[in-house]
Amino acid sequence: MVTVVAPNQPLTESEVEAIKRDFPILQQEVNGFPLAYLDSGATAERPRQVLDAERRFLEHDNAAVHRGAHTLAALSTDAYEDARATVAEFVGAASPSEVVWTANATDALNLVAYGIANASRGRGGPDAERFRIGPGDEVLVTEAEHHANLVPWQELAALTGATLRWVPVADDGTWTAEDAVALVSDRTKVVAFAHVSNVTGMVAPVSAVVAAAHAHGALVVLDACQSAPHRPLDVQALGVDFAAFSGHKMLGPNGIGVLWGRHELLDALPPFRTGGSMITTVTMEHTDFMPAPERFEAGTQPVSQAVALAEAVRYLQGIGMERVRAHEEHLAERMLTGLAAIPGIHVVGPPAGVPRSGLVSFDVDGVHAHDVSQYLDAQGIAVRSGHHCAQPLHRRLGLVATSRASTYVYTTEQDVDRFLTAVGEVRGYFGATA
Amino acid sequence: MSALDSLYQQVILDHAKARHGDGELPDADAEHFERNPTCGDEITVRVRLEPGTDRIAGLAWQGDGCSISMASASVLTDMAVGRTVPELLALTEEFRTMMRSRGAGEPDEDVLEDLVAFHGVSKFVMRVKCGMLAWVAAEAAAREATTRS
Repeated sequence: MVTVVAPNQPLTESEVEAIKRDFPILQQEVNGFPLAYLDSGATAERPRQVLDAERRFLEHDNAAVHRGAHTLAALSTDAYEDARATVAEFVGAASPSEVVWTANATDALNLVAYGIANASRGRGGPDAERFRIGPGDEVLVTEAEHHANLVPWQELAALTGATLRWVPVADDGTWTAEDAVALVSDRTKVVAFAHVSNVTGMVAPVSAVVAAAHAHGALVVLDACQSAPHRPLDVQALGVDFAAFSGHKMLGPNGIGVLWGRHELLDALPPFRTGGSMITTVTMEHTDFMPAPERFEAGTQPVSQAVALAEAVRYLQGIGMERVRAHEEHLAERMLTGLAAIPGIHVVGPPAGVPRSGLVSFDVDGVHAHDVSQYLDAQGIAVRSGHHCAQPLHRRLGLVATSRASTYVYTTEQDVDRFLTAVGEVRGYFGATA
Repeated sequence: MSALDSLYQQVILDHAKARHGDGELPDADAEHFERNPTCGDEITVRVRLEPGTDRIAGLAWQGDGCSISMASASVLTDMAVGRTVPELLALTEEFRTMMRSRGAGEPDEDVLEDLVAFHGVSKFVMRVKCGMLAWVAAEAAAREATTRS
């Protein structure tokens, strides 16, 4: 029987159970309890289909790509480029050549920042002049950024003499389009921010910031780490210039990430890493570089990882990204409602009723985040504790650390309910209720 | 005893609340700041020596962290004051050895006193740094105090 399901309907419990069965790691007990994995925001688990695809490739087709004339070299090159096309389609790229393979999102963001730094030193010729920045110019980020989308821009400012500015956050850790737009001027050359915050779950007002940035000729770099895995992503519809995300957060392997960029920008941006595979002609005095994406892919490439990431993308497409988003928003709502009923719990992020992704960070009165996480772990519940690579945001919130529960396609309502029950016990265990 | 209760011994929970030594130390001879970058826990330990000696007359700390790191700082304060710097360094080595034991062996209660409560922490490798944080800071502050006085 074929059942027709609305594309934006949350997953049913039986659908989630079926998905969960695809993940071998989720079938185990941890500390005597079934594993409730609520740390997908840090790294996602991988389904059998992804593990099998990587193994199948390595058992049959593996070879170095874009070199050699033997059969496996050709099979590998095809698989590698097919994977690029799959990811390009997944994010709405204009063509596969707009997708650059990187090690992860951090690597992708560094690629852009150091490419701009190199252009600012005169590398890349006349085409790269558009990227040049220096004293008097500004790079704009937000106070809520993950260190991966903050430190490379600090370094770029330090290397070029440009000024780093940031959009301040409110007491709940969120920022508004108005606050961001007010800081954009003709001095602004780059605006970089997270599509979805890894701490607050806030969804950024992308189109308003893009409109302001482009009106002043600034480039927009989107950290899509917490959006690409969890909601539909259409880079062209968003209008950004670059976007970065990691394979391991979206059911894929470690060691593979993606930089998407508008083609004319990628072709003009000077490379960050140089070496083999990214050149056309090399003499002892000079080297000509390939066009994008190869100009950014120096050295031997992570081919099996790319193949497996493409399988992860197909797995997500099989569920449907609108349904992934609806499922996680439903779980986030359940977490927020449950946490609101527990005394002494303070949730960071947008107030109830404002769209947020499927992750919730919170502070527990009188109990440190590490102790919260340890207490939950004893019941087989895995949550993140710490500053989540966002020290400035935590400092602004007056917190050293928070606990974070993050969901994904395999997260069940039962996982969330066990989490809520355990959080309800924490303050009593540590004597914080007195 | 559950694994969780072996980590969070009552002695640790009590010290985490009591926080002996939490505060300023007037006329400190030296201070040292330590941070655990993985979790953001941080502490500054200050040491004052008896004039003309290497005996610790006062120790205080200011910091923020989990119950393990705060309890460890509280026990440090109780145990450090009155010892000489070489005695504190030797005790720190004993504590470090126990914290790296991964739960093996029987800690010597005559030497380690309340620190034996942290034996369970050594089984949780992610928490060993929490237990050592204040002691690593005290080690550096005590060494520096002797060079200054």
